[in-house]
Amino acid sequence: MQVDNVVCAFCGCVCDDISVTVQDGRITQAKNACVLGKAWFLSHGQPSDRSVALMDGKPASLDEAVDAAARSLTQARYPLVYGLSSTSCEAQRQAVALAELLGGCIDCCTSVCHGPSGMALQGIGEPTCTLGEVKNRADLIIYWGSNPGESHPRHMARYAVTPKGMFIPRGRKDRFVVLVDVRPTVSARAADLFLQVKPGKDFELLWALRALVKGQAIDEAGLADTGLTLAQLTDLAERMKKCRFGVLFLGQGLTQSRGKHLNTSAAFLLVRDLNSVTKFALVPMRGHGNVTGVDNVMGWQTGFPFGVNFSRGYPRFNPGEYTVVDVLSRGEADAVLVIASDPVASLPRWAVKRLSEIPIIALDTHESETTRVAQVAFTTATAGISAEGTVYRMDNVPLHLKSVLPSPYPSDEQVLGRILTRVKELKPC
Amino acid sequence: MADGKLVLITGRSTKQGTGISTGKEFPDYQEATTVMSVSQADMIRYGLHDGDTIKLKSHFGETTVKCHSEDLPEGMVFMAFGSVVNKLVGNETYASGMPDTKGIEVELEKI
Repeated sequence: MQVDNVVCAFCGCVCDDISVTVQDGRITQAKNACVLGKAWFLSHGQPSDRSVALMDGKPASLDEAVDAAARSLTQARYPLVYGLSSTSCEAQRQAVALAELLGGCIDCCTSVCHGPSGMALQGIGEPTCTLGEVKNRADLIIYWGSNPGESHPRHMARYAVTPKGMFIPRGRKDRFVVLVDVRPTVSARAADLFLQVKPGKDFELLWALRALVKGQAIDEAGLADTGLTLAQLTDLAERMKKCRFGVLFLGQGLTQSRGKHLNTSAAFLLVRDLNSVTKFALVPMRGHGNVTGVDNVMGWQTGFPFGVNFSRGYPRFNPGEYTVVDVLSRGEADAVLVIASDPVASLPRWAVKRLSEIPIIALDTHESETTRVAQVAFTTATAGISAEGTVYRMDNVPLHLKSVLPSPYPSDEQVLGRILTRVKELKPC
Repeated sequence: MADGKLVLITGRSTKQGTGISTGKEFPDYQEATTVMSVSQADMIRYGLHDGDTIKLKSHFGETTVKCHSEDLPEGMVFMAFGSVVNKLVGNETYASGMPDTKGIEVELEKI
């Protein structure tokens, strides 16, 4: 059986043109998918013999595991709900409801990815556009601190570099592509201009660009140790001012380096400044799956995109206080519910050390470093392969996830709903 | 960068990305997340060859990995995200929620 226009939920590109072939209860082909998407469809579309639930590594029934999870969370003084990247918006809503009922913290992968972009958005505003507008209008593309060739393999071909658009009739020939990074990646080879910068100097360079865009003089001595000359920066500023529709794609090179939200704030301010002379937009290169979705869901439901605390009965937001690395490293969280994420593999060692000291309840579609050490682990159906739902693309466009393959496992939404119901029984409002 | 110190950049790679789906216990992901890319100049400076074992030490911890030569600026090393490189990452987020995962100062020792 072939199913067309299936949405891939592996990375923030959320390609919606995948043709999936289902044969004998497994996915055998994912046409149009990139190397990451193919791996996702073919791996998640295989039969599994994992138990629907494990308690301390031993098979358990769903009811037993739900009860144990609910008890663990209600007995905690400072429970943390974390993850939520590779799951549907519908599941994310359940997670927010749980965190509120428990009076704990809820954080998502955003805080270790593009949280600094979210902070810049709050402080400055986000001059942005959809990827459709990029494809149809953009004649200048700048990737800053991003390696789309490895992180978002179809980004250049589907949206930003090669496709022909309504006002970009010749596609690649009508675009000029700049890549700014600390090392020459595979993506740099696709650019017309590669600017190699020194690590930790993005803020200085973005601020200098702001001055150049406004016609202010820059002392070249101030650019020492940035890796770029005044001539290179001046050339870039002129290209940005003279384009018809420019787009800056920000990567983790800005969010994860010295400066963090100050780097992204400088980038947001630069793009805002450019709109005095031309049309310019920015789009953060959101990575994992539905991480943009959880920002949106948490935004609707709490007013904030990540790092939220409900201990006082209302949502409070404070990066550095309620974000996962901080809450775990300081030893504050005393139980954690992990959904569609693998923090044991992805967080710094002091946060992982705390995870080894507290009860973990984990929901995932397959075994991971986190599920292996969880006291209660649920196997769930993969959203976008065996569970329907909503996913958000990196440009905040929502798309519908199809279910193309039956699964014996419940969805994240269903398991979280069961835990929420049990928590309400144990902890009446 | 101070004498004898290198700057560590962590990030995504294709094999690290596919390994998330195919399984972190399998060779592709293991290789992607346990092999450090080192500049050609630094490979010569430290007397290293592809496949050699090196110890990397940051202010926050240390780890032992294999190395291979890559087109990188001198003084820079790169490794894909994973639990091995996270031993070198600190927990200070400077009130941002985000730890420093790029631009970490490390010392390299040939084993």
